[in-house]
Amino acid sequence: MTFGQLPYDVAHLLGGGMLLISFVLLYQRRVGAVINALALQGVLLACAAAWQGHVQSAPQLYLTALIALGAKAVLIPLALRTLLRRLDLHRTVETALGVGPSLVAGVALVALAILVVLPITAGNRAIAREDLALALSVVLLGMLMMITRRNAILQVVGLMTLENGLILAAVGVAGMPLVVELSTAALVMVLLVVGGVFVFQIRERFDTVDIGFLERHRGESG
Amino acid sequence: MPLSWALVFLPWAGALLLALLRQERPAALANIAVSAASFVLSLALLAHPGGNQGWTHIDALNTPLVLLSFLIGLTTAVFSLGAIGAERFDAPRLRAYHVAFQVFMGAQALALLADNLGIMWVAIEMATLASVLIVAVHGTPAAIEAAWKLFILCGVGIALALFGTIILYLAAQPFVGHGDNGLSWAVLYTIAERCDPGLLNLAFVFLLVGYGTKAGLVPMHSWLPDAEAEGPIAISAVLSGLLLNAALHAVIRAKAIVGAHPETVAPGPFLIAFGLASLLLAAFALWRRRDARRFFAWSSIEHMGLAALAFGLGGPVANLAGLLHMLGHSLAKSAVFFAVGHAAQLKGSQKIADIGGLTATNPGLGWGLALGIAAVAGFPPFSLFASEFLVLTDAAATRWWLIAPLGLGLLTAAAAKIRTMQALCLGDATPEAEDAPPLWTDRTTLGPVWLHLLLALLLGLALPAPLSALLAAAARIPG
Repeated sequence: MTFGQLPYDVAHLLGGGMLLISFVLLYQRRVGAVINALALQGVLLACAAAWQGHVQSAPQLYLTALIALGAKAVLIPLALRTLLRRLDLHRTVETALGVGPSLVAGVALVALAILVVLPITAGNRAIAREDLALALSVVLLGMLMMITRRNAILQVVGLMTLENGLILAAVGVAGMPLVVELSTAALVMVLLVVGGVFVFQIRERFDTVDIGFLERHRGESG
Repeated sequence: MPLSWALVFLPWAGALLLALLRQERPAALANIAVSAASFVLSLALLAHPGGNQGWTHIDALNTPLVLLSFLIGLTTAVFSLGAIGAERFDAPRLRAYHVAFQVFMGAQALALLADNLGIMWVAIEMATLASVLIVAVHGTPAAIEAAWKLFILCGVGIALALFGTIILYLAAQPFVGHGDNGLSWAVLYTIAERCDPGLLNLAFVFLLVGYGTKAGLVPMHSWLPDAEAEGPIAISAVLSGLLLNAALHAVIRAKAIVGAHPETVAPGPFLIAFGLASLLLAAFALWRRRDARRFFAWSSIEHMGLAALAFGLGGPVANLAGLLHMLGHSLAKSAVFFAVGHAAQLKGSQKIADIGGLTATNPGLGWGLALGIAAVAGFPPFSLFASEFLVLTDAAATRWWLIAPLGLGLLTAAAAKIRTMQALCLGDATPEAEDAPPLWTDRTTLGPVWLHLLLALLLGLALPAPLSALLAAAARIPG
């Protein structure tokens, strides 16, 4: 399977789309727009998982796709929007590194991912190699987002895109065991923290969910 | 049900039971009962012939670690009976605390017993989430910050570990085909030499950084001091004594697979580098700490660094030293956390300056803490001295240039601990808090403290023959 064949092209398109959205996430300046982009990435992830399920004739991947669609494209974005409204959080993205430098760093990370993955996977099938390079790029961009954004809610978004990258990698590797279990377990992590913010209403403790304020509570002063 | 799954599901069943109990004392007693039952059941591991059962396996490497986990789980539950009053939990928090504790114990056992690396990952993730919940349980800003840091850093860490696991499967895929075998540690270990070395290298990098975050290796360590200082007192003991071991155990398993291929970049030097960085940074950071629980959390970073360094040196002697160090550190450090936690409750503060002269006012506690700190600082006759000595001699024989930084780190850290020991245990007594815990809680603290010290002493002076045979067999596994 290589360039010009339908299974490869569609998988590549969907993976590339996810990477593109990772960049969109980096340059948005409003939290609401970031959440929309995250939902769109969830939809693309679901499509990618379903397409791999079709190509590999692996029905369990449809389940992964369904879970991704339900949780990442609908449930979590809705929950984040509700949080944003109910806790009346900052709606603008507060950056530790500006948007321009973030994008430059993002391009560098994608180059790094390609340089790392492509040479060492020369023996594998092209679809697995390039999927892995795309997935690693999404993972690294997710980490970049967690590092460069100060709002707590955007760090959760960063963690979610990081996980999207992981699941993209997992569904792209033909025959990977326990994909459904692993992707569900990864999802539980995000669900729990979003649920935790809901239940504990952390907003009541801090004037803002900007994590810069958390640094005061280190316990080492005085 | 196979023994390994029984060991996982017994604490989880206990968690269901504990979810129903609303009152403090019955719940704490039930927690002890569940932990005691798990510990007794884990003793059956010693008579078990070992081998693989589906997703789990029992071998020489995980048997002592599982036994130790359930032992510390039991002593922590006993300590918790006395300490829980001072935490002043309301009913939902009390239930969340006990449920999360037993969920953590089950996940910890599964993380050690899992043969399937996917299952191991899920177990470590569950243990992480349970510990986030326990650390956050008080809901104070400091606790929320500690829990948030733990969640974000360890969330990224375990996500990277999953990526490493996926790449490991990608490397094994041509030889194992589809199905659960592709993530079985035993299968991967046997076929590793035929796998693509480049993929194995990449997998190891992600597994090391991912699980290394959970093991508290520098520079991914910054969640650890806050998590151990802000959670309920009893939890520092299991976070430091158990969770770090499970994560380091996962790193060792990954090293065994990658090291089995002759053409991969040797994994040992990476472990040595991370280990040495942890040891040196922690040794100097110890001098700047003002908070007693954070001080001993930093000391955990130092000891995990030394254990990682020992496994990085490799070979039967250094591996044995690393394993012995993990066991001795868990015993001594949890004893210290019990004693420091109790002292902090007595004095109403966990600042080092506010705790002083414990040997004068509370001799049992003060001397227990003093001996515990001596054990943690690596003084003979405790087992940490034996393991540190083994690491040093092995390093001298194989990599002589390690001696200077290693010795510097160990001595600096030991000196910092002696200084803190003098501040906490000797000198003039500081005033006690008005709402000090009731007197009977002394017994629930002193029992676990002295039991741990006795075991750390035994481990250092005279290893029983069956245990030393078990550890020697375990030391051959990581390669």
